Parts: sequence; structure tokens; C-alpha cells
Amino acid sequence: MASFLPLHTAISTLVHDGDTVALEGFTHLIPFAAGHEIIRQGRRDLTLIRMTPDLIYDQMIGSGCARKLVFSWGGNPGVGSLYRLRDAVEHDWPNPLEIEEHSHAAMANAYAAGAAGIPSAFFRGYRGTALPEVNAHIRFVACPFTGEPLACVPAHRPDVAIIHAQRADRQGNVLLEGIVGVQKEAVLAARRSLVTVEEVADELDARSPNAIVLPSWTVTAIAVVPGGAHPSYAHGYYSRDNAFYVAWDEIARERESFAGWMREHVLEQGPEVFGERAGLRR
Amino acid sequence: MNHTATEMMTIAAARALCNNDVCFVGIGLPSAACNLARATHAPGLTLIYESGTIEAKPAVLPLSIGDGELCETALTTVSVPEMFRYWLQGGRITLGFLGGAQVDRYGNLNSTVIGDYRKPKVRLPGAGGATEIAMCCGRIFITMRHNPRAMVEKLDFLTTLGHGPTGRERRELGITTAGPVLLVTDLCTMQPDPETNEFVVTALHPGVTRDAVRENTGWRVRFADALGETAPPSAGELEALRELNNRTARAHGGTAA
Repeated sequence: MASFLPLHTAISTLVHDGDTVALEGFTHLIPFAAGHEIIRQGRRDLTLIRMTPDLIYDQMIGSGCARKLVFSWGGNPGVGSLYRLRDAVEHDWPNPLEIEEHSHAAMANAYAAGAAGIPSAFFRGYRGTALPEVNAHIRFVACPFTGEPLACVPAHRPDVAIIHAQRADRQGNVLLEGIVGVQKEAVLAARRSLVTVEEVADELDARSPNAIVLPSWTVTAIAVVPGGAHPSYAHGYYSRDNAFYVAWDEIARERESFAGWMREHVLEQGPEVFGERAGLRR
Repeated sequence: MNHTATEMMTIAAARALCNNDVCFVGIGLPSAACNLARATHAPGLTLIYESGTIEAKPAVLPLSIGDGELCETALTTVSVPEMFRYWLQGGRITLGFLGGAQVDRYGNLNSTVIGDYRKPKVRLPGAGGATEIAMCCGRIFITMRHNPRAMVEKLDFLTTLGHGPTGRERRELGITTAGPVLLVTDLCTMQPDPETNEFVVTALHPGVTRDAVRENTGWRVRFADALGETAPPSAGELEALRELNNRTARAHGGTAA
């Protein structure tokens, strides 16, 4: 059964230096509050897995949390570069960052294989490209029935998956709706999991019997953090703060402006500021 | 009505989309062209974004691939593994629409690095969905701004297979989808030579000279024998595009930071 914990306790219990961690959420429901707590607690040498590193991994990489990044698209969507990610790859700042680079299809298949408990994933992809030359984890196998060459990648099996969801009920069952990305697969693939939620309710109130529900016994811990996905969004609660994504370009471009922003808005704050940032009434 | 080169590029790309296409849409220019087509000659165009939204009908252009607008207007939203496995790999998408930092004469794309992979001069975002979009969609359109840094003799990295480094590899690998069939820039449209798969200029946009295209292309660019001129934007096309852009600016600017 999932334990309800304060975010600080959840991170200190579940995330250790050197862990392989996946904070997922495909544009929607990105667990920013949990990422900020990892930064505040000074975790180091993490292997970070995420399809689209987004601002949250830019912040974690720039803060020195990561040793390695496993990803498929590292940009600021619709805006441009992730300058902290680039600084780490191009200039080893604040520390060298090993990268393991995939395509979206490979990452999605690797999570699904992890959730399915099999060691690797097969799909039609990567042929004729240079990606297998720079990533030893991309191999090809012949289909035993047709001979078709299929791309093969190892399953993702993170130590910890961290996601944000709309709500949990009092038993710790979790509901997510909208663009649901790879979060269900990430949680089921991981050894431990943390879900931050907008609220705890008596009933999940799923709109359909086919909604994505993670039963309490698949989740290690739940932390209630209203607004915890800001500047990403929570469908039905608040919208994506596109203006902040645009503003990040300037903030993250230089090391000094980044450090100043992180000090003021992350290091000297706690998870309670997220509700106001997301424009929720307190 | 006067128009900009970017408007011409978006409109030329939009015109190439068919009402019955099922289109896998990238953010930026492809998304603008697809939504312009939907607002003009192709109201039935089916838009699929990799975030899982099927039959999205956004009223404003999304900033990201997963804006709420896409989910709220979609017929249905599926998980990302399902999108890539059943819908893209399953062969349900007729058309993929891609950009990149570099393209070569055979429609191969680089969106990974400028310079050496291990010590890059510029680290670009990476493959995203492009690698398998190019492999699994029925055919591929590419849009790029036309300059010698983008239209290159040799890619720094081959992220996404077009017709292959010599134009033959795609066929030799036995990949049965068509690959890149159209390249629209802010200067011209290009199509592959049926024999060699080399992209040749098939139409110049209004006011653009052959020399301008030569100067802005990193390889010795060739022109089709029957070189055409792109029809200038109609008043209706320009109005629809500007209205879409204005609505988008209002929607994104209005979000509190």
C-alpha cells in the first residue's frame, strides 16, 4: 500500500545518491516540485531517464545532480535549447554528463518492456541511422519468423519512478487523465515509485472505467503538492505556463542568471509555493 | 497583399497537404502548415501529435507537442507507447512532417549535433520521434529555412534516414515506405529525382532567383527541366495564416508567468 508522506520525507527515503531515476510526464504532469526537492536535498551522481528532459532536467543537470542522462529529445519545446543540458555536454559544466541517446519510439518501448517484466524491447526503427554507432544499447535482431531486422533496446528498470497525477483517494489509488505519456509504464517498470498529486479525495471520480488508475499497491509513496507540476500543467486543474517556458530561455542561458534564479525560486523555497505559482486558490 | 518568405513557406507546405491525409505533426512550421491547411482547403485533414492526441483540432497553435489544447480538442488521447507502437509503427499514418538543423540532397536529416558527436560544437535536441516517423509514415514532407548551414553537402550526424547517404540505402535496406517526397523552404520547393532520389528544385517562390537558391544551398543544387513558379499566397490564405498566428500570440502571451 502507498504511504502518504511529506515531499521532503518521500524524497529523502526513496531517492539516494547514485540511483537511476525517471521523472516522467510528456509535457503534461511533469513532477517539478519533486525535482526541486531532489535539488534542495543535494542528490548527486543520479542517472536520469526521461524522454524529453524539459526544464526539470535542465534544472537538475545545472544543479549538479546528474552523472548520466538517458533521453530522446532534449529541447525547450517550441522555444529552443536547454542551455544547462548543453553546457554540461559541450563544456562539462557543472560536471561531465554521460549521455545515452535514443529515439522516442525506443524510449517508449523500453518503458513498456520494463513494465512487462521482460529484459528488452523490439520494434521497427533506427535502421540506416548513425544512432546505433554512438549508443551500444541499440542492437538489431532478426525476427525468428520473418527475418525482418528489428531494433532492440534494453528495458528501462529505474530504481525510482516519480510522476505527478491529478489525485489519489484515501486508500492511495492514483488517477491520471489527459495526456498520460509513459507514466503508467514508468511506475510499473520501477523498483520504487513516488506520485505527487494535486489533491486527495474521497472518490477518484474517474470519467471512465478505462481511466488510467494506478492501484495503491503499485505505488510506494504519495505526496500531496497542489500545483506540483507547474510550469507544466495538470489537466482539469491549471494550464501550461507557456510564458514561463519562453522566459526560461533567458534565465538558463548564462550560468550566473541560472544560479540566481535557482537560489531564489528553488533553494530558498519549499513545495508549498507551487499552488500559488500554478494560479490555484489557496 | 505583401507577404514574408516565412509566410510563403508555410502556405506552400500547407497546399501540399490533402484532405484525406492522416498526418503526424511536428511542432513549429509543420504544425502551422497543418493547421493552416485545416483552416483552408483541407478541413478533413487528420492531425496526430506524438503526445498521443488523435484527431486534434487546435484553435491556436500549440507551443509544445503536448499543450492541453491538443488533448481537449482531440477525438481521443492514447498513451505514448501506444502512439508509437500501434499508430505509427502499425502503419496508420499516411504523412509525416519533419524539420531539422541540417538536410542533405537525399533528404537525410540531422537534429543531433553540430560538430563531433563526442565533443559537439552545438548539442541539438536529438531524434525525438523523427527517426521512426521517417521510417513508418507512408511519405515524408520536410520544411527547412534555406541557408548553406542547413542545406549541407554532408550531415554532421545522420539522425533520420531519408533516401540514404548515396540516395540508395533506403531502398537497399528494404524499407517499403516512400521516405521524403517534398522539401519546402522559404525560397523554393524541391522534389526527389525519380532515378537518383536527389532533391532538385521544382518551383521557385515568387521573386526568388536561381542564383539565390544556389548561394544558399551547400551542395551543387540542380533545377528541374520544367522549373515552375510557386503561386503567390492568396488573400484568403494570408488572412487565415495571420489570424491563426494572432490567435496563437494572444493565447500564449496571456498566460501568467
